[in-house]
Amino acid sequence: MKQKSVAIVGAAETTQMGIIPDMSVIELHADAALNAMADCGLKPSDIDGVATAGESPVAVAHHLGITPTYVDGTSVGGCSFMLHVRHAAAAINEGLATTVLITHGESGRSRVGAGRFGPAAASLQGQFEAPYGASGPPSMFTIPVLRYMKELGLTHEQLAMVAVVQREWAGMNPRASFRDPITVEDVLNSRMIAYPFRLLECCLVTDGGGALILTSASRAKDFPTKPVYILGTGESTETPMVSQMEDFTSSKAFRVSGKKAFDEAGISHADVDHLMIYDAFAHLPIYALEDLGFCKRGEAAGFIWEGNTRPGGKLPLNTNGGGLSYMHSGMYGMYALQESVRQLRGTAPAQVPGAKISISHGVGGMFAASGTIIMTNEK
Amino acid sequence: MADYRKPIPQPTPETQPFWDGTKAGELRLQRCDACSNVIFPPRPFCPRCASRSVSWFKATGKGKLWSYVINHRPAPGFEQEAPYAIAVVKLDEGPHMMTNIVDCPQTPEALQLDMAMEVVFQPVSETISLPKFRPAGA
Ligand SMILES: [Zn+2]
Repeated sequence: MKQKSVAIVGAAETTQMGIIPDMSVIELHADAALNAMADCGLKPSDIDGVATAGESPVAVAHHLGITPTYVDGTSVGGCSFMLHVRHAAAAINEGLATTVLITHGESGRSRVGAGRFGPAAASLQGQFEAPYGASGPPSMFTIPVLRYMKELGLTHEQLAMVAVVQREWAGMNPRASFRDPITVEDVLNSRMIAYPFRLLECCLVTDGGGALILTSASRAKDFPTKPVYILGTGESTETPMVSQMEDFTSSKAFRVSGKKAFDEAGISHADVDHLMIYDAFAHLPIYALEDLGFCKRGEAAGFIWEGNTRPGGKLPLNTNGGGLSYMHSGMYGMYALQESVRQLRGTAPAQVPGAKISISHGVGGMFAASGTIIMTNEK
Repeated sequence: MADYRKPIPQPTPETQPFWDGTKAGELRLQRCDACSNVIFPPRPFCPRCASRSVSWFKATGKGKLWSYVINHRPAPGFEQEAPYAIAVVKLDEGPHMMTNIVDCPQTPEALQLDMAMEVVFQPVSETISLPKFRPAGA
Protein backbone atom coordinates (compact mmCIF):
# COMPACT_ATOMS: atom_id res chain seq x y z
CA MET A 1 0.00 0.00 0.00
CA LYS A 2 0.94 3.66 -0.35
CA GLN A 3 2.64 4.91 2.83
CA LYS A 4 0.59 7.23 5.07
CA SER A 5 -2.36 7.27 2.65
CA VAL A 6 -4.74 6.01 5.33
CA ALA A 7 -5.03 6.87 9.03
CA ILE A 8 -6.62 5.52 12.19
CA VAL A 9 -8.86 8.36 13.42
CA GLY A 10 -11.01 6.52 15.96
CA ALA A 11 -9.81 4.05 18.57
CA ALA A 12 -11.30 2.78 21.81
CA GLU A 13 -11.68 -0.26 24.01
CA THR A 14 -14.81 -1.39 25.81
CA THR A 15 -15.88 0.79 28.74
CA GLN A 16 -15.15 -2.06 31.14
CA MET A 17 -12.35 -4.58 30.90
CA GLY A 18 -11.68 -7.82 32.71
CA ILE A 19 -14.73 -9.68 33.99
CA ILE A 20 -17.96 -8.41 32.39
CA PRO A 21 -20.68 -10.98 33.18
CA ASP A 22 -23.55 -8.70 32.14
CA MET A 23 -22.56 -8.24 28.47
CA SER A 24 -22.81 -10.68 25.56
CA VAL A 25 -20.29 -10.90 22.74
CA ILE A 26 -22.26 -8.74 20.30
CA GLU A 27 -22.75 -6.07 22.99
CA LEU A 28 -18.99 -5.96 23.61
CA HIS A 29 -18.51 -5.29 19.88
CA ALA A 30 -21.15 -2.57 20.02
CA ASP A 31 -19.80 -0.94 23.19
CA ALA A 32 -16.30 -0.71 21.69
CA ALA A 33 -17.69 0.56 18.36
CA LEU A 34 -19.79 3.26 20.04
CA ASN A 35 -16.75 4.36 22.06
CA ALA A 36 -14.62 4.55 18.90
CA MET A 37 -17.31 6.55 17.08
CA ALA A 38 -17.58 8.93 20.03
CA ASP A 39 -13.79 9.21 20.06
CA CYS A 40 -13.77 10.73 16.57
CA GLY A 41 -17.26 12.26 16.39
CA LEU A 42 -18.94 9.85 13.96
CA LYS A 43 -22.37 8.24 13.79
CA PRO A 44 -23.22 4.80 12.34
CA SER A 45 -24.49 6.50 9.16
CA ASP A 46 -20.97 7.88 8.60
CA ILE A 47 -19.48 4.36 8.47
CA ASP A 48 -19.51 2.54 5.11
CA GLY A 49 -17.10 -0.29 5.79
CA VAL A 50 -17.21 -3.01 8.48
CA ALA A 51 -14.65 -5.64 9.43
CA THR A 52 -14.64 -8.10 12.28
CA ALA A 53 -13.59 -11.60 13.33
CA GLY A 54 -15.15 -14.13 15.65
CA GLU A 55 -18.54 -12.55 15.02
CA SER A 56 -20.21 -12.08 11.64
CA PRO A 57 -19.63 -8.63 10.09
CA VAL A 58 -23.26 -8.84 8.98
CA ALA A 59 -24.35 -9.09 12.60
CA VAL A 60 -22.09 -6.24 13.71
CA ALA A 61 -23.22 -3.96 10.86
CA HIS A 62 -26.90 -4.65 11.42
CA HIS A 63 -26.64 -4.36 15.19
CA LEU A 64 -25.06 -0.92 14.86
CA GLY A 65 -27.33 0.27 12.05
CA ILE A 66 -24.64 0.40 9.38
CA THR A 67 -25.23 -0.29 5.67
CA PRO A 68 -21.74 -1.05 4.34
CA THR A 69 -20.31 -0.95 0.84
CA TYR A 70 -17.24 -2.86 2.06
CA VAL A 71 -17.24 -5.96 4.31
CA ASP A 72 -14.28 -7.98 5.61
CA GLY A 73 -14.89 -11.13 7.62
CA THR A 74 -11.29 -12.31 7.62
CA SER A 75 -11.04 -14.59 10.65
CA VAL A 76 -7.60 -16.11 11.13
CA GLY A 77 -7.40 -15.87 14.91
CA GLY A 78 -6.15 -13.11 17.19
CA CYS A 79 -4.22 -11.22 14.50
CA SER A 80 -7.33 -10.86 12.30
CA PHE A 81 -7.56 -7.17 13.23
CA MET A 82 -4.09 -6.49 11.83
CA LEU A 83 -5.28 -8.02 8.57
CA HIS A 84 -8.48 -5.95 8.75
CA VAL A 85 -6.39 -2.76 9.06
CA ARG A 86 -4.30 -3.82 6.07
CA HIS A 87 -7.33 -4.68 3.94
CA ALA A 88 -9.18 -1.52 5.01
CA ALA A 89 -6.24 0.62 3.95
CA ALA A 90 -6.26 -1.00 0.52
CA ALA A 91 -10.05 -0.70 0.27
CA ILE A 92 -10.03 3.01 1.17
CA ASN A 93 -7.31 3.69 -1.37
CA GLU A 94 -9.32 1.81 -3.99
CA GLY A 95 -12.52 3.70 -3.19
CA LEU A 96 -14.48 0.72 -1.89
CA ALA A 97 -15.31 2.63 1.28
CA THR A 98 -14.41 5.95 2.87
CA THR A 99 -14.69 5.10 6.57
CA VAL A 100 -14.07 1.59 7.88
CA LEU A 101 -15.00 0.34 11.35
CA ILE A 102 -13.11 -2.67 12.73
CA THR A 103 -14.57 -4.27 15.85
CA HIS A 104 -13.61 -6.91 18.37
CA GLY A 105 -15.60 -8.23 21.31
CA GLU A 106 -15.11 -11.41 23.22
CA SER A 107 -16.59 -12.86 26.38
CA GLY A 108 -13.49 -15.00 26.85
CA ARG A 109 -13.92 -15.34 30.60
CA SER A 110 -17.67 -15.16 31.21
CA ARG A 111 -18.65 -16.86 27.91
CA VAL A 112 -21.88 -14.82 27.61
CA GLY A 113 -23.37 -15.41 24.16
CA ALA A 114 -20.13 -17.09 23.09
CA GLY A 115 -19.61 -20.16 20.91
CA ARG A 116 -17.87 -23.40 21.81
CA PHE A 117 -14.24 -24.31 21.32
CA GLY A 118 -12.90 -27.47 19.77
CA PRO A 119 -12.34 -28.88 16.28
CA ALA A 120 -14.79 -31.18 14.47
CA ALA A 121 -13.82 -34.85 14.71
CA ALA A 122 -13.51 -35.06 10.91
CA SER A 123 -11.24 -32.00 10.58
CA LEU A 124 -7.51 -32.57 10.27
CA GLN A 125 -7.02 -31.18 13.78
CA GLY A 126 -9.81 -33.47 15.01
CA GLN A 127 -8.15 -36.51 13.46
CA PHE A 128 -4.48 -35.81 14.02
CA GLU A 129 -4.17 -33.59 17.12
CA ALA A 130 -7.25 -33.68 19.39
CA PRO A 131 -7.10 -37.47 20.07
CA TYR A 132 -3.82 -36.90 21.93
CA GLY A 133 -5.32 -34.74 24.65
CA ALA A 134 -4.34 -31.32 23.45
CA SER A 135 -6.66 -29.10 25.48
CA GLY A 136 -6.55 -25.69 23.90
CA PRO A 137 -3.76 -23.15 23.46
CA PRO A 138 -1.88 -23.77 26.76
CA SER A 139 -1.06 -27.33 25.72
CA MET A 140 -0.59 -26.70 21.99
CA PHE A 141 0.88 -23.25 21.36
CA THR A 142 3.65 -24.27 23.76
CA ILE A 143 4.68 -27.50 22.03
CA PRO A 144 7.50 -26.09 19.86
CA VAL A 145 9.32 -24.43 22.76
CA LEU A 146 11.39 -27.36 24.10
CA ARG A 147 12.82 -27.65 20.59
CA TYR A 148 13.75 -23.96 20.68
CA MET A 149 15.33 -24.45 24.13
CA LYS A 150 17.46 -27.35 22.93
CA GLU A 151 18.59 -25.79 19.66
CA LEU A 152 19.10 -22.18 20.78
CA GLY A 153 19.83 -22.45 24.50
CA LEU A 154 16.79 -20.65 25.92
CA THR A 155 16.61 -21.23 29.70
CA HIS A 156 13.59 -21.53 31.99
CA GLU A 157 14.76 -18.39 33.79
CA GLN A 158 14.90 -16.41 30.53
CA LEU A 159 11.41 -17.55 29.57
CA ALA A 160 10.16 -16.47 33.01
CA MET A 161 11.79 -13.05 32.61
CA VAL A 162 9.41 -12.23 29.72
CA ALA A 163 6.52 -12.29 32.21
CA VAL A 164 8.49 -10.34 34.83
CA VAL A 165 9.26 -7.47 32.44
CA GLN A 166 5.69 -7.25 31.19
CA ARG A 167 4.42 -7.06 34.73
CA GLU A 168 6.64 -3.99 35.19
CA TRP A 169 4.75 -2.32 32.34
CA ALA A 170 1.39 -3.48 33.69
CA GLY A 171 2.24 -1.88 37.03
CA MET A 172 2.11 1.48 35.25
CA ASN A 173 -1.30 0.79 33.68
CA PRO A 174 -4.41 1.31 35.89
CA ARG A 175 -6.53 -0.84 33.52
CA ALA A 176 -4.20 -3.85 33.68
CA SER A 177 -5.66 -7.00 35.25
CA PHE A 178 -2.48 -7.90 37.16
CA ARG A 179 -0.26 -5.06 38.45
CA ASP A 180 1.76 -6.37 41.41
CA PRO A 181 5.47 -6.84 40.68
CA ILE A 182 6.72 -10.42 40.23
CA THR A 183 10.17 -12.04 40.14
CA VAL A 184 11.65 -14.83 38.05
CA GLU A 185 11.38 -16.98 41.17
CA ASP A 186 7.65 -16.18 41.47
CA VAL A 187 7.12 -17.26 37.87
CA LEU A 188 9.09 -20.49 38.29
CA ASN A 189 7.16 -21.28 41.48
CA SER A 190 3.75 -20.69 39.92
CA ARG A 191 1.55 -23.69 39.09
CA MET A 192 2.67 -25.94 36.25
CA ILE A 193 0.26 -25.72 33.30
CA ALA A 194 2.03 -27.56 30.50
CA TYR A 195 5.73 -28.20 31.08
CA PRO A 196 7.80 -26.11 30.47
CA PHE A 197 5.05 -23.47 30.90
CA ARG A 198 3.86 -22.26 34.28
CA LEU A 199 0.78 -20.21 35.07
CA LEU A 200 2.49 -16.81 34.97
CA GLU A 201 3.88 -17.58 31.51
CA CYS A 202 0.34 -18.03 30.11
CA CYS A 203 -2.06 -15.26 29.13
CA LEU A 204 -5.04 -14.14 31.12
CA VAL A 205 -8.57 -15.08 30.10
CA THR A 206 -10.80 -12.02 30.31
CA ASP A 207 -13.76 -10.21 28.70
CA GLY A 208 -13.51 -7.07 26.61
CA GLY A 209 -13.35 -5.54 23.19
CA GLY A 210 -11.98 -2.76 21.05
CA ALA A 211 -12.70 -0.89 17.83
CA LEU A 212 -10.81 1.16 15.27
CA ILE A 213 -12.00 3.61 12.61
CA LEU A 214 -9.90 4.25 9.51
CA THR A 215 -10.24 6.83 6.77
CA SER A 216 -8.06 8.45 4.11
CA ALA A 217 -5.18 10.62 5.29
CA SER A 218 -6.67 13.57 3.42
CA ARG A 219 -9.89 13.31 5.46
CA ALA A 220 -8.07 12.51 8.70
CA LYS A 221 -7.12 16.13 9.35
CA ASP A 222 -10.82 17.03 9.74
CA PHE A 223 -11.18 14.77 12.80
CA PRO A 224 -10.71 15.86 16.41
CA THR A 225 -8.18 13.10 17.12
CA LYS A 226 -4.49 13.01 16.29
CA PRO A 227 -4.18 10.83 13.15
CA VAL A 228 -2.13 7.65 13.31
CA TYR A 229 -0.95 6.92 9.78
CA ILE A 230 -0.48 3.43 8.37
CA LEU A 231 3.12 3.19 7.21
CA GLY A 232 3.55 -0.46 6.32
CA THR A 233 1.56 -3.69 6.51
CA GLY A 234 2.09 -7.43 6.22
CA GLU A 235 0.21 -10.68 6.61
CA SER A 236 0.75 -14.38 6.07
CA THR A 237 -0.27 -17.86 7.19
CA GLU A 238 1.53 -21.11 7.83
CA THR A 239 -0.54 -24.03 9.17
CA PRO A 240 -3.72 -24.62 11.19
CA MET A 241 -1.93 -27.44 13.06
CA VAL A 242 0.95 -26.51 15.35
CA SER A 243 2.44 -29.97 14.84
CA GLN A 244 2.86 -29.18 11.15
CA MET A 245 4.89 -26.01 11.69
CA GLU A 246 7.91 -26.24 9.42
CA ASP A 247 10.54 -25.03 11.90
CA PHE A 248 9.76 -25.28 15.63
CA THR A 249 12.23 -22.48 16.38
CA SER A 250 10.82 -19.84 14.02
CA SER A 251 7.45 -18.83 12.57
CA LYS A 252 7.30 -18.63 8.78
CA ALA A 253 4.15 -16.49 9.02
CA PHE A 254 6.01 -14.02 11.29
CA ARG A 255 8.97 -13.80 8.93
CA VAL A 256 6.87 -13.23 5.82
CA SER A 257 4.44 -10.77 7.42
CA GLY A 258 7.19 -8.81 9.15
CA LYS A 259 9.39 -8.47 6.08
CA LYS A 260 6.46 -7.31 3.96
CA ALA A 261 5.58 -4.63 6.51
CA PHE A 262 9.16 -3.38 6.86
CA ASP A 263 9.61 -3.31 3.08
CA GLU A 264 6.41 -1.31 2.64
CA ALA A 265 7.29 1.12 5.41
CA GLY A 266 10.82 1.65 4.16
CA ILE A 267 12.18 1.91 7.69
CA SER A 268 14.98 0.19 9.56
CA HIS A 269 14.68 -1.52 12.94
CA ALA A 270 16.52 1.37 14.59
CA ASP A 271 13.65 3.68 13.55
CA VAL A 272 11.14 1.79 15.72
CA ASP A 273 10.29 3.58 18.98
CA HIS A 274 7.67 1.18 20.32
CA LEU A 275 6.75 -2.43 19.70
CA MET A 276 3.74 -4.60 20.50
CA ILE A 277 4.11 -8.38 20.07
CA TYR A 278 1.06 -10.52 20.66
CA ASP A 279 2.02 -12.52 23.77
CA ALA A 280 -0.48 -15.30 24.34
CA PHE A 281 2.45 -17.11 25.99
CA ALA A 282 5.90 -16.02 27.13
CA HIS A 283 7.75 -17.48 24.15
CA LEU A 284 6.01 -15.32 21.56
CA PRO A 285 8.01 -12.13 22.13
CA ILE A 286 11.17 -14.25 21.84
CA TYR A 287 10.14 -15.81 18.53
CA ALA A 288 8.85 -12.53 17.09
CA LEU A 289 11.85 -10.40 18.10
CA GLU A 290 13.95 -12.79 16.01
CA ASP A 291 11.51 -13.41 13.18
CA LEU A 292 10.91 -9.67 12.73
CA GLY A 293 14.66 -9.06 12.66
CA PHE A 294 15.11 -7.10 15.89
CA CYS A 295 17.42 -9.81 17.26
CA LYS A 296 19.65 -12.45 15.70
CA ARG A 297 18.64 -16.12 16.03
CA GLY A 298 18.89 -17.26 19.62
CA GLU A 299 19.55 -13.79 21.03
CA ALA A 300 16.07 -12.48 21.85
CA ALA A 301 15.87 -14.03 25.33
CA GLY A 302 19.17 -12.41 26.29
CA PHE A 303 17.96 -9.11 24.81
CA ILE A 304 14.93 -9.20 27.13
CA TRP A 305 16.99 -10.48 30.10
CA GLU A 306 19.36 -7.51 29.77
CA GLY A 307 16.48 -5.06 30.14
CA ASN A 308 16.19 -3.72 26.61
CA THR A 309 12.41 -4.08 26.52
CA ARG A 310 11.56 -2.91 30.04
CA PRO A 311 10.58 0.63 31.06
CA GLY A 312 13.51 2.86 30.15
CA GLY A 313 14.99 0.25 27.79
CA LYS A 314 15.88 0.98 24.18
CA LEU A 315 12.97 -1.01 22.69
CA PRO A 316 9.82 -0.60 24.83
CA LEU A 317 7.80 -3.79 24.28
CA ASN A 318 4.21 -4.61 25.24
CA THR A 319 3.79 -1.42 27.21
CA ASN A 320 0.20 -2.12 28.25
CA GLY A 321 1.35 -5.22 30.13
CA GLY A 322 0.46 -7.54 27.24
CA GLY A 323 -1.70 -10.62 27.15
CA LEU A 324 0.27 -11.90 30.15
CA SER A 325 -0.77 -9.04 32.47
CA TYR A 326 -3.09 -6.51 30.76
CA MET A 327 -5.92 -8.56 29.31
CA HIS A 328 -6.52 -11.41 26.86
CA SER A 329 -10.04 -12.11 25.70
CA GLY A 330 -8.94 -14.74 23.18
CA MET A 331 -8.22 -12.58 20.13
CA TYR A 332 -5.76 -10.12 21.65
CA GLY A 333 -4.52 -8.43 18.45
CA MET A 334 -7.02 -5.59 18.82
CA TYR A 335 -5.53 -4.58 22.19
CA ALA A 336 -2.01 -4.48 20.75
CA LEU A 337 -3.26 -2.10 18.04
CA GLN A 338 -5.07 0.04 20.64
CA GLU A 339 -1.85 0.43 22.63
CA SER A 340 0.11 1.41 19.51
CA VAL A 341 -2.50 4.09 18.78
CA ARG A 342 -2.35 5.38 22.37
CA GLN A 343 1.44 5.57 22.25
CA LEU A 344 1.38 7.50 18.96
CA ARG A 345 -1.34 9.83 20.23
CA GLY A 346 0.72 10.40 23.36
CA THR A 347 -2.06 9.15 25.66
CA ALA A 348 -0.71 5.81 26.92
CA PRO A 349 -0.59 5.21 30.68
CA ALA A 350 3.06 4.14 30.33
CA GLN A 351 3.89 6.65 27.61
CA VAL A 352 7.12 6.22 25.65
CA PRO A 353 8.38 9.82 25.39
CA GLY A 354 8.29 11.14 21.82
CA ALA A 355 7.28 7.83 20.20
CA LYS A 356 6.92 8.36 16.43
CA ILE A 357 6.91 4.85 14.96
CA SER A 358 5.12 1.89 16.51
CA ILE A 359 4.66 -1.69 15.33
CA SER A 360 1.86 -4.06 16.29
CA HIS A 361 2.66 -7.64 15.41
CA GLY A 362 0.01 -10.30 15.82
CA VAL A 363 -0.28 -14.05 15.78
CA GLY A 364 -3.39 -16.02 14.84
CA GLY A 365 -4.19 -19.52 16.03
CA MET A 366 -1.06 -21.30 17.20
CA PHE A 367 1.60 -19.97 14.82
CA ALA A 368 -1.15 -20.37 12.20
CA ALA A 369 -1.29 -16.80 10.89
CA SER A 370 0.29 -13.41 11.34
CA GLY A 371 -0.32 -9.73 10.69
CA THR A 372 2.01 -6.76 11.12
CA ILE A 373 1.05 -3.07 11.13
CA ILE A 374 3.62 -0.26 11.22
CA MET A 375 2.19 3.12 12.22
CA THR A 376 3.47 6.66 12.60
CA ASN A 377 2.15 9.97 13.91
CA GLU A 378 4.25 12.01 11.47
CA LYS A 379 2.67 12.96 8.16
CA MET B 1 -13.23 -49.53 24.62
CA ALA B 2 -16.91 -48.86 25.25
CA ASP B 3 -16.07 -46.37 27.97
CA TYR B 4 -13.40 -44.54 25.91
CA ARG B 5 -14.27 -40.86 26.45
CA LYS B 6 -11.49 -39.13 24.54
CA PRO B 7 -11.88 -37.54 21.10
CA ILE B 8 -11.99 -40.18 18.37
CA PRO B 9 -10.97 -39.30 14.81
CA GLN B 10 -13.68 -39.34 12.18
CA PRO B 11 -12.05 -40.34 8.88
CA THR B 12 -12.85 -38.56 5.63
CA PRO B 13 -12.58 -40.20 2.19
CA GLU B 14 -9.10 -38.68 1.87
CA THR B 15 -7.81 -39.94 5.24
CA GLN B 16 -9.56 -43.34 5.32
CA PRO B 17 -6.50 -45.25 3.99
CA PHE B 18 -4.43 -43.85 6.87
CA TRP B 19 -6.92 -45.14 9.44
CA ASP B 20 -7.30 -48.45 7.60
CA GLY B 21 -3.52 -48.70 7.97
CA THR B 22 -3.39 -48.06 11.70
CA LYS B 23 -6.21 -50.57 12.18
CA ALA B 24 -4.09 -53.11 10.29
CA GLY B 25 -0.99 -52.26 12.33
CA GLU B 26 0.73 -50.16 9.66
CA LEU B 27 1.69 -46.51 9.60
CA ARG B 28 0.84 -45.40 6.06
CA LEU B 29 2.00 -42.16 4.49
CA GLN B 30 1.75 -40.80 0.97
CA ARG B 31 4.54 -40.06 -1.48
CA CYS B 32 4.28 -37.89 -4.58
CA ASP B 33 4.84 -39.96 -7.72
CA ALA B 34 6.24 -36.91 -9.51
CA CYS B 35 8.64 -35.34 -7.01
CA SER B 36 8.94 -37.93 -4.18
CA ASN B 37 7.70 -35.47 -1.54
CA VAL B 38 6.34 -37.31 1.52
CA ILE B 39 2.91 -35.98 2.49
CA PHE B 40 1.18 -35.82 5.90
CA PRO B 41 -1.61 -35.14 6.87
CA PRO B 42 -3.13 -37.08 3.95
CA ARG B 43 -4.48 -35.37 0.84
CA PRO B 44 -4.98 -36.58 -2.73
CA PHE B 45 -2.31 -34.32 -4.23
CA CYS B 46 1.19 -32.98 -3.60
CA PRO B 47 1.39 -29.53 -1.99
CA ARG B 48 4.92 -29.09 -3.34
CA CYS B 49 4.31 -29.69 -7.06
CA ALA B 50 0.48 -29.97 -7.34
CA SER B 51 0.63 -33.44 -8.86
CA ARG B 52 -2.56 -35.43 -8.27
CA SER B 53 -0.57 -38.64 -8.57
CA VAL B 54 0.34 -39.69 -5.03
CA SER B 55 0.74 -43.22 -3.64
CA TRP B 56 0.31 -44.70 -0.19
CA PHE B 57 3.25 -46.59 1.28
CA LYS B 58 4.06 -48.29 4.57
CA ALA B 59 6.32 -46.06 6.64
CA THR B 60 9.04 -47.44 8.91
CA GLY B 61 7.17 -46.25 12.00
CA LYS B 62 10.45 -44.87 13.32
CA GLY B 63 11.37 -41.33 14.20
CA LYS B 64 12.69 -39.13 16.95
CA LEU B 65 11.13 -37.13 19.74
CA TRP B 66 11.02 -33.63 18.27
CA SER B 67 9.24 -31.62 21.00
CA TYR B 68 6.51 -31.93 23.61
CA VAL B 69 4.69 -30.47 26.58
CA ILE B 70 3.65 -32.30 29.74
CA ASN B 71 0.04 -31.24 30.14
CA HIS B 72 -1.21 -30.72 33.70
CA ARG B 73 -4.71 -29.51 32.71
CA PRO B 74 -6.27 -32.60 31.17
CA ALA B 75 -8.55 -32.47 28.17
CA PRO B 76 -11.97 -34.13 28.72
CA GLY B 77 -11.42 -37.87 28.99
CA PHE B 78 -7.75 -37.54 30.01
CA GLU B 79 -8.35 -36.86 33.71
CA GLN B 80 -6.87 -40.18 34.88
CA GLU B 81 -3.62 -39.62 33.02
CA ALA B 82 -2.59 -36.06 33.86
CA PRO B 83 0.12 -35.01 33.73
CA TYR B 84 0.67 -36.53 30.30
CA ALA B 85 2.95 -35.64 27.40
CA ILE B 86 1.59 -34.31 24.13
CA ALA B 87 4.44 -34.87 21.76
CA VAL B 88 5.51 -34.35 18.19
CA VAL B 89 7.62 -37.07 16.59
CA LYS B 90 9.67 -36.31 13.51
CA LEU B 91 9.28 -39.40 11.36
CA ASP B 92 12.32 -40.82 9.55
CA GLU B 93 10.43 -40.11 6.31
CA GLY B 94 10.27 -36.39 7.22
CA PRO B 95 6.79 -35.38 8.41
CA HIS B 96 5.93 -34.27 11.95
CA MET B 97 3.20 -36.24 13.73
CA MET B 98 1.45 -35.33 16.98
CA THR B 99 1.13 -38.24 19.37
CA ASN B 100 1.34 -39.49 22.95
CA ILE B 101 4.37 -41.30 24.33
CA VAL B 102 3.75 -44.72 25.91
CA ASP B 103 5.94 -47.13 27.91
CA CYS B 104 7.89 -44.19 29.33
CA PRO B 105 7.57 -41.97 32.42
CA GLN B 106 5.95 -38.66 31.54
CA THR B 107 8.80 -36.58 32.93
CA PRO B 108 11.37 -34.17 31.47
CA GLU B 109 14.12 -36.51 32.66
CA ALA B 110 12.74 -39.53 30.80
CA LEU B 111 11.61 -37.61 27.73
CA GLN B 112 14.80 -36.45 26.05
CA LEU B 113 14.53 -34.67 22.72
CA ASP B 114 15.92 -36.59 19.74
CA MET B 115 15.53 -39.98 21.45
CA ALA B 116 14.64 -42.75 18.98
CA MET B 117 10.92 -43.60 18.89
CA GLU B 118 8.85 -46.35 17.30
CA VAL B 119 5.15 -46.52 16.55
CA VAL B 120 2.61 -48.68 18.39
CA PHE B 121 -1.11 -48.85 17.72
CA GLN B 122 -3.79 -48.39 20.35
CA PRO B 123 -7.35 -49.50 19.46
CA VAL B 124 -9.84 -46.91 20.72
CA SER B 125 -13.02 -48.04 18.91
CA GLU B 126 -14.22 -50.80 16.61
CA THR B 127 -12.74 -48.98 13.63
CA ILE B 128 -10.04 -46.64 14.91
CA SER B 129 -6.55 -47.37 16.22
CA LEU B 130 -4.38 -44.40 17.19
CA PRO B 131 -0.69 -44.30 16.32
CA LYS B 132 1.33 -43.70 19.49
CA PHE B 133 5.06 -43.85 20.05
CA ARG B 134 7.38 -45.46 22.58
CA PRO B 135 11.13 -45.27 23.06
CA ALA B 136 12.69 -47.57 20.42
CA GLY B 137 13.38 -51.03 21.84
CA ALA B 138 11.38 -50.37 25.01
ZN1 LIG C 1 5.18 -33.46 -5.78
